[in-house]
Amino acid sequence: MPPRRILAIWLVRLALDRWRLAEGCDEGAGDDAAPLALIADTAHGPRLASVNRAGTAAGVRAGTMLADARALCPGLVVRPSDPVGDLAFLERLALWAQRWGRSSALDPPDGLVVDTSGVAHLFGGEAALLADAARTFAQRRLAVRMAIAPTAGAAWALAHHGPANAILGADEDAATRLAQLPVAALRLDDDVVLLLRRLGLKRLGDLAGIDRPALARRFRNRRSAAANPLIRLDQLLGIVPEPLLPVVAAEIPLVQRRLMEPIRHRELLDRVLADLAADLARVLEGRALGARQLELGAWKVDGEVIVRRLELAAASRDPAHIVRLFAARLDDIDAGFGIELVRLRVPWAEPLALDQADLEEPGSERGAEQHGTSLATCIDRIAVRLGEGAVRRPVLHASHIPERAQRWQSPLLPAPPAQDQLAFHARPLKLLDRAEPIAVLYATPDGLPRRFRWRGAVHEIARAEGPERIAPEWWRERGTARLRDYYRIEDDAGARYWIYRLGLAGDGRGGAPEWFLQGLCA
Amino acid sequence: MSQPSPLSPAIIARSRAAEQVAQWRPGLAESCRHSEIFASAAEASGAGLALALALDASLDTSDERAWLWVQDKAARRLGGRPYRPGLPRGLRHRLIHVAADSAQDALFALEEGLRCRDLAFVIGEIAGNPRALGFTASRRLSLAAERHGVPLWLVRLDAARDLGSARLRWETRSAPSLPPRWNAAAAGAPAWQAELFRAHTYQPGRWVLRQAAGQGGALLAEGLRQAQPERDLDLNPAIRSA
Repeated sequence: MPPRRILAIWLVRLALDRWRLAEGCDEGAGDDAAPLALIADTAHGPRLASVNRAGTAAGVRAGTMLADARALCPGLVVRPSDPVGDLAFLERLALWAQRWGRSSALDPPDGLVVDTSGVAHLFGGEAALLADAARTFAQRRLAVRMAIAPTAGAAWALAHHGPANAILGADEDAATRLAQLPVAALRLDDDVVLLLRRLGLKRLGDLAGIDRPALARRFRNRRSAAANPLIRLDQLLGIVPEPLLPVVAAEIPLVQRRLMEPIRHRELLDRVLADLAADLARVLEGRALGARQLELGAWKVDGEVIVRRLELAAASRDPAHIVRLFAARLDDIDAGFGIELVRLRVPWAEPLALDQADLEEPGSERGAEQHGTSLATCIDRIAVRLGEGAVRRPVLHASHIPERAQRWQSPLLPAPPAQDQLAFHARPLKLLDRAEPIAVLYATPDGLPRRFRWRGAVHEIARAEGPERIAPEWWRERGTARLRDYYRIEDDAGARYWIYRLGLAGDGRGGAPEWFLQGLCA
Repeated sequence: MSQPSPLSPAIIARSRAAEQVAQWRPGLAESCRHSEIFASAAEASGAGLALALALDASLDTSDERAWLWVQDKAARRLGGRPYRPGLPRGLRHRLIHVAADSAQDALFALEEGLRCRDLAFVIGEIAGNPRALGFTASRRLSLAAERHGVPLWLVRLDAARDLGSARLRWETRSAPSLPPRWNAAAAGAPAWQAELFRAHTYQPGRWVLRQAAGQGGALLAEGLRQAQPERDLDLNPAIRSA
């Protein structure tokens, strides 16, 4: 296992470089010669996101309001900024940067981290690797600062605040080498940097001069790494591991048909859909994938797109199943002057191994008629007609309150781990969606009703078990929530119910206790 | 169906075997794929009996397949939704619940469930006598259940006894339970008064059906009015005991 070497790349003026590449002008030439800023709309008005070199020379700084900047520099030219586009560009750049390492990760908004462990010798050493990277970025006309270090934290610190193209060797002492860098090199939030500066801690070396317990006590309630300088310092020195989330290129399986003659009739569309589903099954089978989500797009001649999405309960690539599910969703399509392009995409796919198809007429409706459908197919068919939330499975949830002890989730998801119910807690078979109030007509001296009215019928309680007291969950509810005393009762006709009294007489949380019927027992 | 399917040999054999029994008793539910249970919506006797019969039919097998519970909107409003901690212990982790809005949707979900080979059984709850649930719809359910071998118990809440093609049709309501062993003042294990008012292969009759104490216990029958007293159920050695 070679020692870990991380290359940090900071795209110093990412937004401006992108804008300049889009405009096709060199730095300091064309539109870029005059003061120019990219602005972002905020709640208080437009604010400068980034400023070019001429603008900086004129005294304008990023982060100021546009109105203030105009006062300083009346000739300031503004263009809208594009943070989403910048992030997409950064993602593509991260994939591209894998030419220098095994994997790469994003460091938004304007950085990249590449894992170059055991790779540098292919370029003739780390210095040569950095030179190669600098040359390549210069060719792309992107301004960068880079550094290589054993940890991502140290590489980031050197790239942002160290000398250009710095290399921190594996056997060098990071603490002494980085001691002169400012505390902002720790990747901390702005308010923490401000706090450290107010405490008089300006450089990383200053932090080393303070007792660790004192710092730990000062930042004891800061859990996140970006708010706690100690965690960041440990990450920088490699004492605490910092996993990088690698960027992996994923290709979305896609099949499409361009139609020579725009189609206007449903039978033809069904025909095209069947062809597409068969194509898609072949594509997915080649990659051993199954679709979890499907998106059908139909481009119309008059410039409109119809999109239908559906989600499957389990990964599948059975063409007959896909066609059948979409058939229910295509009834309301308005073809207008005709559909000229139909495309089927799989935004979400899961691994699905090859399996034995039905021997006779694979995947056909007749096969399902003969041998029955699988559970996932059955759930898909029901969910497409009844809606996504109609098919659910009850799972236990950690709560004392009966109606909260059960939650509903998608039927084929694994159940979350939960403590099982205690066997001596008798619970009803069915629970009403809302507990219904009952009118107590006659109560025994110990408080249990003898006779009550529910939905217009009078029930005489023959037998009862209880109370089972369930206190309110004070950590979740208001302080005025009342406790519940549950009784399992059987009336004179034999019907069994689960009723409760809300509150106690004189508990100071409302008037007289009320009674509710919540569950029906078998 | 374009052409009527002939009776399968299994059904004929079953009907022959049933002719010799002639009287329903617990443990025979195997022979019937489509039952209807008429019950009041103000109590959970219908669903309770359906679950007890389903358990009774699959007591010997260690089936770990899922089962489906379909409810239409009125059934959910009147009787509530299934509550997992209160379900029988062997069934509670396998439930898949379908909340349909209309009776048509519920019937569609029931039929799709019956055609699924990965389901152990299907329970439906439909309130009243909706127009969608006529004899044709009932016959479709029967055929699907027979064809794929997935049993269906259809609970009809507050419904009149309309035409239906179910093999067994029950009318049930709760019965007072036996006092449990440790607390005589408490309600005991579930009990139902069940009337089998129409059956293809059995004589009609009335019973008090009791679930043996303990979760998912065996179903016990006490005859209220026997057609043939010499075949007293309590003396029949074939009856399971708790």
